[in-house]
Amino acid sequence: MSGALVETRGLVAGYGDAQALFGIDFKLHAGELVAIIGANGAGKSTFLKALTGLVGVPRQAVRYADEDIGGLRPGEIVRRGLAMVPEGRRLFPSLSVEENLRMGGFARRPGPWSLARLYALFPILQDKRRLPATELSGGQQQMVAIGRALMSNPQVLLCDEISLGLAPIVIKEIYDAMPAITAEGMSVVIVEQDVSVAQRVSKRLYCFQEGRVALAGDSHVLTRAQISAAYFGD
Amino acid sequence: MIENLLQGVLLGSLYALFALGLSLMFGVMRLTNVAHGDFVVLGAYAAIAIATVLPWHPLAIGVALLLPGFGFGYALQRYVLNGTLGKDPLPSMVVTFGLSIVIQNALLQLFSADPRSLDAGALGTDSVQIGAGIALGTLPLLILIISIACTAALQLLFDRTALGRAFRAVSDDREIAELMGLDASKIYALATAIACALIALAGVLQGMRTTVSPSDGPLLLLFAFEAVIIGGMGSFWGTFIGALILGVVQQIGFQFDPGWGIWFGHLVFLAVLVVRPRGLFPRTR
Repeated sequence: MSGALVETRGLVAGYGDAQALFGIDFKLHAGELVAIIGANGAGKSTFLKALTGLVGVPRQAVRYADEDIGGLRPGEIVRRGLAMVPEGRRLFPSLSVEENLRMGGFARRPGPWSLARLYALFPILQDKRRLPATELSGGQQQMVAIGRALMSNPQVLLCDEISLGLAPIVIKEIYDAMPAITAEGMSVVIVEQDVSVAQRVSKRLYCFQEGRVALAGDSHVLTRAQISAAYFGD
Repeated sequence: MIENLLQGVLLGSLYALFALGLSLMFGVMRLTNVAHGDFVVLGAYAAIAIATVLPWHPLAIGVALLLPGFGFGYALQRYVLNGTLGKDPLPSMVVTFGLSIVIQNALLQLFSADPRSLDAGALGTDSVQIGAGIALGTLPLLILIISIACTAALQLLFDRTALGRAFRAVSDDREIAELMGLDASKIYALATAIACALIALAGVLQGMRTTVSPSDGPLLLLFAFEAVIIGGMGSFWGTFIGALILGVVQQIGFQFDPGWGIWFGHLVFLAVLVVRPRGLFPRTR
């Protein structure tokens, strides 16, 4: 075996007649933070949705912990240990901050993450735990969205555009929490619009272009020229 | 005037019991159950049928019907209505409309078109003197208490329990709720199950308080619907107050002319729709 925790080979996916992914080869090792970058419509979000069961794919298309999990229902995938922070946060508006976090823990996987642990990581959320989640600032809402995913005690955390629409200082604050998250041995995939942020925080990097992997490599070895060529497709 | 008001509140509290289930089902899955009123009538006839073979008090029958009502609702949602849900509200309305016709005609075949009622014994005729020459029926007062208790229990369930949290989560965003591991089809089934248990109880109380006939359903649906809209979709207490307002207005109308009560109710319903389309107590957040 390749030893990868998550692996896809030639992953193909789409919505009805609109194909979005044309053969993605991807690997994520245990404890790794991998970034996926690419322009709008490159298939980044679709890829995360394919991993978490929100987009249908064949059973063999996604391998996780030596098991084929492609096309399983989202609930079964989260119980196996893949949790997603969805694009646009998608918090439950009629639930309070704490209720949102508790929903994340619905899968009841055992592990280190609990409400107390999350409030230690993001203290501001404890003060606001009784407020409706959507009354918080954008950055705080993003903390709730990340916390909600962590509450399921995942092996793999998939973050879709967590910096979108946030001020740089808030983005820094959120990414500063990442070491505390990966310290538990968790693997993280971030989909990121901001190339410099992606390059700074990740170990390896994939650049998607029109549903294909245009570039993959070590984040600190790849040059700006290589990345921008892959990003814009020359 | 005070007596009218009180009688209206008592009448409205029965409407509240009809409306709670409708409010719950619409709130959780945006499903309008067109057969809602027919389910109430079905509950009443189930009790009438049981009363012919068992010497139980109608209230005991009402309690005994809670569990079958729950099971009926669960199965109906899980195996029939879940398949009709989607972005388009039409399939579920067509299916429940069909159910409505089936129930009405089945009851007509089995029980004829004659109005029937459940004999509540002394409870049906007793009254409580509350001074100033006003006497209120014991049964309507009991219905008011049951209605308040059911509203409070449902609101508490919705606001404070894990199941209530799940109801709100699937209502907000089904896809994300499923991403957290919830099985929305089971959550929906539980919502309809609770609604149908309430409907069974409401049907029995309706049968005790007045009469039922197989064709009553659509009108009861309309009362429940009006109560929900007047109150606003925000909370069960909103639905409860909406039902009381409908009851009071109908009662006032009845005083002018026995034919005017229901018509007055419709007028107030339309007025609320025009002035405050989101109801009197809409969800604030």
